[in-house]
This record gives sequence, structure tokens and C-alpha cells, in this order.
Amino acid sequence: MNDFLNTVRPYLSTEIFLLALVLGVFYLGIIIYQKTKITLLQPLLTAMVIIIPFLIFTGIDYQTFYQNTRILNFMLGPSVVALGYVLYEQIGHIKGNVISILTAVFTGSVVGIVSVVLLAKLFGADKILMASLAPKSVTTPIAISLAEKTGGVPALAAAFVVLCGIFGGLVGPIVLRRIGVKSKIAKGLAMGSASHALGTARAMEMGALEGAISGLAIGIMGIMTALLIPFAENLF
Amino acid sequence: MIRGSFYILLFYFLGEMLSKLIGGFVPGSVLGMVLLFLALYFKVIKPESVKDVATSITKNMAVFFVPAGVGLMVYAELVSKSLAAILVAIAGSTILTIITVALVQENFEKRRAKNKELQK
Repeated sequence: MNDFLNTVRPYLSTEIFLLALVLGVFYLGIIIYQKTKITLLQPLLTAMVIIIPFLIFTGIDYQTFYQNTRILNFMLGPSVVALGYVLYEQIGHIKGNVISILTAVFTGSVVGIVSVVLLAKLFGADKILMASLAPKSVTTPIAISLAEKTGGVPALAAAFVVLCGIFGGLVGPIVLRRIGVKSKIAKGLAMGSASHALGTARAMEMGALEGAISGLAIGIMGIMTALLIPFAENLF
Repeated sequence: MIRGSFYILLFYFLGEMLSKLIGGFVPGSVLGMVLLFLALYFKVIKPESVKDVATSITKNMAVFFVPAGVGLMVYAELVSKSLAAILVAIAGSTILTIITVALVQENFEKRRAKNKELQK
């Protein structure tokens, strides 16, 4: 078995195979999600649940996987930029909402930072962990630099951003339904503020307006959080 | 396709440059989004030129998270040490953030709708 794995590993470690694997598994995830309509079965989760054990089993390290699929990671940047177009298409809906949008995201940012720090503290987290958790709701590049500035671990902060994105993407639509929110702007704003681009990916599924507002929320949340985190340090 | 991809990468690049100028606390992609929006709004570029590319990549954003998501395997040990604290804090705070933002925004909208009715 080990001999066999050693023989095939170089082929399985190629860019062609790993990219095909990611897209294939994600496609499978889409089919499963569409067939079952179970919220928990997000294509991203399905892909992670299949790929992580696959890498462990075949002995391909994460560095190799990341190197060979980095084109996908790179595409995160352009996809955020492209939200500028979606926002332009939806601008008519935003007019007259500027003050409410800024107030809502500012309040959300305060609540998000304070609650994550206090909850972590309650469960015995240390300062390093709290500093890495505080910027969890913003996109990875902002979160990493904020965590660094306040004495957190950048790699951990990046992991928490992903966790927060997956969780918010999963439960966000359920929470919004539960509290009976009807406004499309409110829904998109909440998804993007709490769970950055992953929340936006889910908001895009709700509709173009929700998606556009969610994209806008990523930016506003990032700026507000960057301004608020220095004050949050007093809580650590 | 080519034209659209070019514009998106161009605005991404401009966003990155601007981000460097202001000390990097807002990432280049977010500034690129704002710049692309402004260019469209002030008719510097035509909406049709980016429409196809922008629509298709924003509709499939989640797949771009696979490499980062799989990266959680590297931090499994670090994360598992304080798993309870991390999970409770992230789950609780994310739900609170969603509720806060949604309710504040919806209240504003409701109040505005009521004011409009009173004026009639």
C-alpha cells in the first residue's frame, strides 16, 4: 500500500490533479446541496471534509496543496473587486440608506468585537487568543494585520476568519429568518458584516441586492473594525 | 472576457497601490471594489465591459475559499487546545453581529417608511 502511494503521490501532487480535485469535489458538493437542500451541506464544507482526509491519507502536505491551488486563493481578490460592479448595478436601492448602513455596521462591529473577546475570556482564553479572535469578522488581509498589531497570531487569526465565515454563512440565513427580517438590505448587510466574503457568497444566493450590499458591508466592516480594535485592547 | 478581466485586475492593482499609500489598514481588494464602483458610477468605464466577468466570478465566490478552508488542518492542534472557547466565542459573536446589524438597519427603514406615511 505504501509503495503504491509513493508511486502515485507525485502525480496526485500536481497542479492539474489538485485543481481538478478541488473543482470536482466542489461540483459534487453543489449537486449534493441542490438535491438535499440541507443548509449544513454547503459545497465548501463538503469539499473540506473530502479533501482534508484525502491529503492526510495520501501524505500530501498542505504547503504542496496550497502552492498548486493558489490560483483559486488569488481569485478571492478579483472577486471582491468585481463586487464593485454588482454594487453599481444595485446603487438605486442604496440611495437614502447611507446613514442607516453606517450606523448598523458600526453597531455590529462594536457588538462583534466586544462579544467575541468577552465570550472567549469567559471560557479561559489568554490574551494571544483574544487578540487573534477580535478581528474575526473582517476579510483575511485586514484580520492578519490587526491581529499582528495587538499581539495575536496572524495564522490563527486567518483560521478564525475562515471559521467565522463558514459558521456565519451556514447559520446566517437561518438566524435572519428566525428573527423575521424582511428587508433585503438588512439581510445582505448582516451577512457581509458578520462573515465577510463567505457571508457574501451566501448572500449572493439570496439575491443580487443582498449580495451587493453584503460586498459593501465587507469594506465598511473592515474599516470600522480597524478603527475600533485599538480600543478593544483594553478588554484583553 | 479579456476586457473585463483586464479592468478588474487593473482596479485590483490600483486598489493595492492605494492600500500601500494609506498604510495598509484597508486591503487592496476592498479599495479596488470602491474604485471600480466609482469608475462605473462616473462613467469612466462602460458597465457592459465588466458585466460578464464580474457576474460569473461573484456568483462562484465560495469555491475560491477551498484552499484557505483546507488550511484549517494545519491549525487543528492549536485550535483544539482551546476549542470550547474558540467555538463558543465565534458562534455567539457571529450570531449577535448578524442580529444587531439586521435589526438596526431594518428599524431605520421602518422608521423612514412611517415618516413618509405621516407626511402624506
